[in-house]
Amino acid sequence: MATAFKQSDDLMAAAREEAFSIPIDQIDVSDGTRFVNNTFWPFFERLRRDAPIHYCADSKFGPYWSVTRYKDIMAVDTNHAIFSSDAHLGGIAVADMDDDFILPMFIAMDPPKHDVQRKAVSPIVAPANLAVLEVLIRERAQKIFDNLPINEPFDWVDRVSIELTTQMLATLFDFPWEDRRKLTYWSDMATADPELPNTPSREEIQGILLECLQYFTNLWNERVNSEPKGDLISMMAHNPATRDMAPMEYLGNLILLIVGGNDTTRNSITGGLLFLNENPDQYEKLRNNHALVDTLVPEIVRYQTPLAHMRRTALQDTILGGQHIKKGDKVVMWYVSGNRDETEIENPNAFIIDRARPRQHLSFGFGIHRCVGNRLAEMQLKIVWEEILKRWPKIEVLEAPVRVASSFVKGYEKMMVRIPG
Amino acid sequence: MSHVTFIEANGTEHKVDVENGISVMEAAISNSVPGIDGDCGGNCACATCHVYIDAKWQALTGSQSDMEHDMLEFAEGVEPNSRLACQIHMSDDLDGLVVRMPASQH
Repeated sequence: MATAFKQSDDLMAAAREEAFSIPIDQIDVSDGTRFVNNTFWPFFERLRRDAPIHYCADSKFGPYWSVTRYKDIMAVDTNHAIFSSDAHLGGIAVADMDDDFILPMFIAMDPPKHDVQRKAVSPIVAPANLAVLEVLIRERAQKIFDNLPINEPFDWVDRVSIELTTQMLATLFDFPWEDRRKLTYWSDMATADPELPNTPSREEIQGILLECLQYFTNLWNERVNSEPKGDLISMMAHNPATRDMAPMEYLGNLILLIVGGNDTTRNSITGGLLFLNENPDQYEKLRNNHALVDTLVPEIVRYQTPLAHMRRTALQDTILGGQHIKKGDKVVMWYVSGNRDETEIENPNAFIIDRARPRQHLSFGFGIHRCVGNRLAEMQLKIVWEEILKRWPKIEVLEAPVRVASSFVKGYEKMMVRIPG
Repeated sequence: MSHVTFIEANGTEHKVDVENGISVMEAAISNSVPGIDGDCGGNCACATCHVYIDAKWQALTGSQSDMEHDMLEFAEGVEPNSRLACQIHMSDDLDGLVVRMPASQH
């Protein structure tokens, strides 16, 4: 049973066969269905080898360029003067924002507005505040772990990954504690694909997000009339750069902070446990040397790549890797591919918890949009693994996880595990 | 070969020898000097090799590039003498350079 969680080799072999035989112009890596069964990897391998700057003329998201090598991704990510993140040009994901429901948020803005809005919220993850948060996160993690069932299957995603990140987010917003799972729900709705079965329609999702706005507007009104405090809502309500935001801009920034602070860490918490189960030699190494948590954490973030891509829009004609990109073209940086680029990372497909320079990965992005919460995310993961190792030598993954059907949020809906007692 | 002195926020000094042409960030990483992260590997793209240049070296180390300035916009505790260590390359002129590190890279 030790390998029951592994995915089918046959499925991967068939995907590899297809990836290396179909005409290159027919490859469409934006298809979320390949992320459900985890068979997208060979398609990126082919693109990195044969067409590192690749044009897909026809996809459900329209035409787009794929950038798949580490160095080319770095070049796009650090050139914000040509490659725009502006929400009004489509934003930061391969799926354009809805024309009638544009959510400006600082990750989907260019300088100078991006800069002042980012600076309004970044003090929450400044070193001094991280030290305060560390104590709180550890106490909460301990409580969650101390209440887990022993010798009994349970869903790691729900009991640990979601619970821990949602508690964290509720703290950052000073959000009503009993309602905190609303944050999880809004996060899921903000990234949901309305075209998938069992998902609300586009209109329903917009309605749900407007309820989110209404809820947060009440909190804003409370805080704007009180003394400034250290939570994100109060910080935005009192900062000159953000205090006069239009409602949709407030909602946009909320969604950014909710998704950024929730989905990504959640999926890295789940992914880490999966990878250690897939690589028992690495789990063994960790058990024998708990100090390796420091290098384990960035390796988890690289290997998971919780956001598979970021998108930009070309503001002018330009040449990238010998390809002519036209003004207005959609350019997708596939972090998930760059993080497996063998020309930049040694043995990239292996999960190795003691790499020499483990933070050299693309998962947080680079350039001015680099993840503002990266050190908070690393701290959360560090605490999770320190507390796990204090308690149990092994947590077993029982079956293959259920993966999210998205080429943007690369994550897990469910992963059954057991703590041997 | 030149040498650089790194001073941690707590005052601990590290003196290292560096080949000319090597960046100050690389010099710290390859000599295991704590306090400089260099996440992006020297691409001026993460601002985790933030240092303060001692006054007498400021003219010799030059000024921030546009991208460096943009990245430093988001670092903690930025001062007029802030630089990214990956953008300063060692040379005979910089022999004896002294840089100070912030409390943490962010």
